Parts: sequence; structure tokens; C-alpha cells
Amino acid sequence: MMDKMIFGRYVPAQSIIHRLDPRSKLLMIFLFVCIVFIANNPATYALLVVYTFLMVSLSKVPFRFIIAGLKPVLWLVLFTMLLHLFLTKEGEIIFQAGWFKIYEEGLRQGIFISMRFFLLILMTSILTLTTTPIEITDGLESLLHPLNKVKFPVHELALMMSISLRFIPTLMQETDKIMKAQTARGVDFTSGPIKERMKAIIPLLIPLFVSSFKRAEELATAMEARGYRGGEGRTKYRQLSWGFKDTFMLLLLVLLALLLFLLRT
Amino acid sequence: MDILLQQVEYRYQANTPFERLAIKDVSIDIPSGTFLAIIGHTGSGKSTILQHLNALLKPTAGKVIIGDKEITSEKKQKNLKDVRQKVGIVFQFPEHQLFEETVERDICFGPMNFGISEDEAKRRARIAIRQVGLSEDILAKSPFDLSGGQMRRVAIAGVLAMEPDVIVLDEPTAGLDPRGRKEIMEMFHALHQERKLSTVLVTHSMEDASRYADQIVIMHHGEVYKKGTPEEIFSSPEGLMELGLDVPEVVRFQQKIEKAFQMNFPKTCLSVEQLTEEIAALVKRGEQR
Repeated sequence: MMDKMIFGRYVPAQSIIHRLDPRSKLLMIFLFVCIVFIANNPATYALLVVYTFLMVSLSKVPFRFIIAGLKPVLWLVLFTMLLHLFLTKEGEIIFQAGWFKIYEEGLRQGIFISMRFFLLILMTSILTLTTTPIEITDGLESLLHPLNKVKFPVHELALMMSISLRFIPTLMQETDKIMKAQTARGVDFTSGPIKERMKAIIPLLIPLFVSSFKRAEELATAMEARGYRGGEGRTKYRQLSWGFKDTFMLLLLVLLALLLFLLRT
Repeated sequence: MDILLQQVEYRYQANTPFERLAIKDVSIDIPSGTFLAIIGHTGSGKSTILQHLNALLKPTAGKVIIGDKEITSEKKQKNLKDVRQKVGIVFQFPEHQLFEETVERDICFGPMNFGISEDEAKRRARIAIRQVGLSEDILAKSPFDLSGGQMRRVAIAGVLAMEPDVIVLDEPTAGLDPRGRKEIMEMFHALHQERKLSTVLVTHSMEDASRYADQIVIMHHGEVYKKGTPEEIFSSPEGLMELGLDVPEVVRFQQKIEKAFQMNFPKTCLSVEQLTEEIAALVKRGEQR
């Protein structure tokens, strides 16, 4: 049932995007999120679309797979678009049927906002699809390192993140397993009245909670047994290395930002 | 109730880059009243087959016939509750599925989902708890206060109380101590014999398979490698050993004797008793000469 979920999922492949330093990818995403808001006319949006699809094709993740995985979000995008289409009442009327009117500005806003939304989701999916969760946390830890000076617990935060990311698949498997076990005992998770389905959640949630707590305790014991004492003086097995391609890709994005500034109206 | 698997194939996560073929061309026939053991390495597709037996998974090709229900990839099935009540599954580590406040309510959960009245469910709970070798006063306790072995038994009782026609067991004794293993396997065997309950046992243990099953299916890389009675399967143990599968100790012992004395016993013995008889007969014949 969760077969097609792609959030937080890594697709192994050999592509330039896969090989980039996670820090540069994180910085790029951050920058991209900011510059998406610069675009405000067809030319600038076209530029963003071209850039995004360039990144998608460079990542070598099958496009059909991404779209299939983003289907649930696409509905949200569509919904945003319709909302803008129907509720914005500016500009000229371009379509009218009785009381129902669509304004020029509504159409424009609808297309732009949903495009913005879609591109953001697409880019962040590319990040998670091409970077292992461990790389992401390593990158974040390294980027946030300066915050240590103001007593911000960077290492602990990174550890929390990597532990929770690490256990997402485990939790999913566990969910699947318990769902099947309870289905075999006559629970119906997929049909029937809403009230019944809400009640069906209990036999799923309680075992999940119980096993999660148990697992957390076991993990803590195992870490202590192996001498974990926090981030102080801890060396790293995976070294991050910033290369020419990272600088290049980042500069490409900066160039895109400059172009957007020039072309916006 | 008969279960029939015909050229069943199953792919996990079909049409994604993660697609993985779990089983292919699996045909197994489970007539009512059989005790079938499915053996194979981890990842050989045993558990995937098991989930087809009560329509938790739909085959991606081929068909599964459970009683009078036919399950194929095209058909959208409604009302599988019937099937699920008739085929009870005891999953691996079934104690993970316990959730109710008391043992009694947890055991009643299954039957009541299938529309059994509360009184009747409670009556069944009392029978089931004794069947799994626990005393009735455990019914009032919280399942989370029990020991691991007791939790396992309670979870099994929860499936037994559904009174299925077919019971499917996925390594029901994994992680139990030797005594617990034996008691639980003996209990399932007794149920099978008394009630003619069809039983499907997925296991790593050749000993259990040879002792209790009357049909064995050996799985290898998602395909049926061999099927037959225990005698048929173990009469030529070389193939199994090549796959890296264990052969019951008795069979290995018999083989070693045969090799050391360069002779053959008339049949493959599957229990210590049988082999003892054969050896005794041999020794006696020797003395008479």
C-alpha cells in the first residue's frame, strides 16, 4: 500500500546529482526555495521550469516514477490552482457561464502559484531521491556547525534526525506487518463507515507504540554498550568533500537567480 | 476447505525501480485436512506464499482458489471476511499484534470482528486459552504483563478462537525455548489430528517438518524446488544439502551408518523410533546368523 510513496526515499544511481556533496545540495535547495519567489512573469517561470527539468534529467531518476510518487501532492497542487482560479476577482473576465466567472488575474495566479508549488516539491524530491538520509544529516550537521558557538546542540539534533530517518522504513514495515496481522483477524482498514475505520486504527496504533518504545530502549542500551558519549571528540567515518562540481552547480544556480532578477517585471 | 495455488507469481512494488520478483510459477495444492510444511531459506518466498492463502496479497499472475473464492490479479475482491475467518494466520512473532487491555478481550477481538456474539466469544476464549496450555485466570490480566512465551500463546489463542478451517503458521516457535517449541508444535499437531484442521506450517526446522507434516514443499529462490511426502523428500537428501538446507538429524545419522557399513536400510527413517527399530532388526538378524 505504501509501495509508491517516494518521500524520504533514496533511489541509488550513478549521476552527477547523486555524487554532489550533500552540503551543496542542501544549500542549493535553500537558495532555490528563495528564488522561486522572484519569478513573476512567463519568462522567469519558463526559466525555472527549464532549470528544474535539467536537474531532474541529470539525476537519472525515472521521471514516470517521480510523477507516480507525487500523485497525492499533485491533487493538492490542482486544488490550489482551482482555488486561485475561482476566488481571484481581478483583471478582465475571460470566461463566463451564468454567475460563474473566471478572471484573467485568477488564471494567471492559479497557474503561477501552482507552478511554484509544483517546482518546489519536485526539487525537494530530487534532493531526497538522490541523497541518502545519512548524507543529509551529515550535511546538515556540517552546515549548522557554526551554531555550536551559541550553545546550539547541533550534534544531538543531527543524531535525532538520523535516528528518526533510519527508523522510518522499519516503522513502515512494522505498520504493514501489524496491519496484515489485524486484517487476518477480521479488521477492515479500507472500507466501511468512517466511524468503524477510525476504531480500526486502535489495534494498529497500540502495538506500534509498544514496539517503538521497546526499540528505543534497546537502541539506547546498544549505543551505550558501544561507548557512545555524545558528539564530543567523535570522529567521522564518512568524510564530506566539496569539489569543483559543487562550486559549479552552486554558481549555476546563482546565475539563474541573477537572470531571474533581470527578467522579472 | 481446499486451497489451490495455480502458477502464482508475485512482484513486490510492481512498476517502480524497486520492483522485485518474490515468487513465480508456484503451484501448490492443499486439500482439506492436509498438514503441509513449506521450507526454504530466508527470502525464498515462503512468507509471500503464506500471505496469498487468505488473500492478504493478490497474485500478480496466476490464481489462488480458496474454497469457492477465486483470487486473480484482475478481479477486485469484495467481502474477503469470509475467507479470512476460515483461514487463520499466525504470523511470525504474533505477540506483536496484542493490544487490548485484557487477555480475554484480545482473544475475543478476532471472533467478534467476524460477528460472533460476546458470550460466545468469551466461551471460545476460555477453550482457546486452555488449548494453548495456559490457565483461565490469565484471561483477566493485561497481555503486556505476561512473559514473551505467554504472550505468544495468547496471540495463538486469539487465532484459534476464530475457529478457522485452515490454520497457517509462520514460524510459530521462533525464539521460544526448546520445551515451549515442542509444546506448541504438539498442540498444533493434536488440533490437526483431532479436528482434521488443515495446517500450513512455514518453518526453517527440518525436524518439525519431517515429524509433523504429511506434505512438504521446498522453496528455492521463489520457485518450488521440490514437493512430496517427507519420505520422498528426505530419501534423496543430497539435493537438499546442495541448497544448503538442513536434513533431520535422524536422516543424517542413517546416512552415516549406511556409509560406514556400506549397506542400505529398506527405507528412510524420519524418527528416532523408526531408525531404532531398523537398527535393532538388523542387529538381531546379525545375531541369528
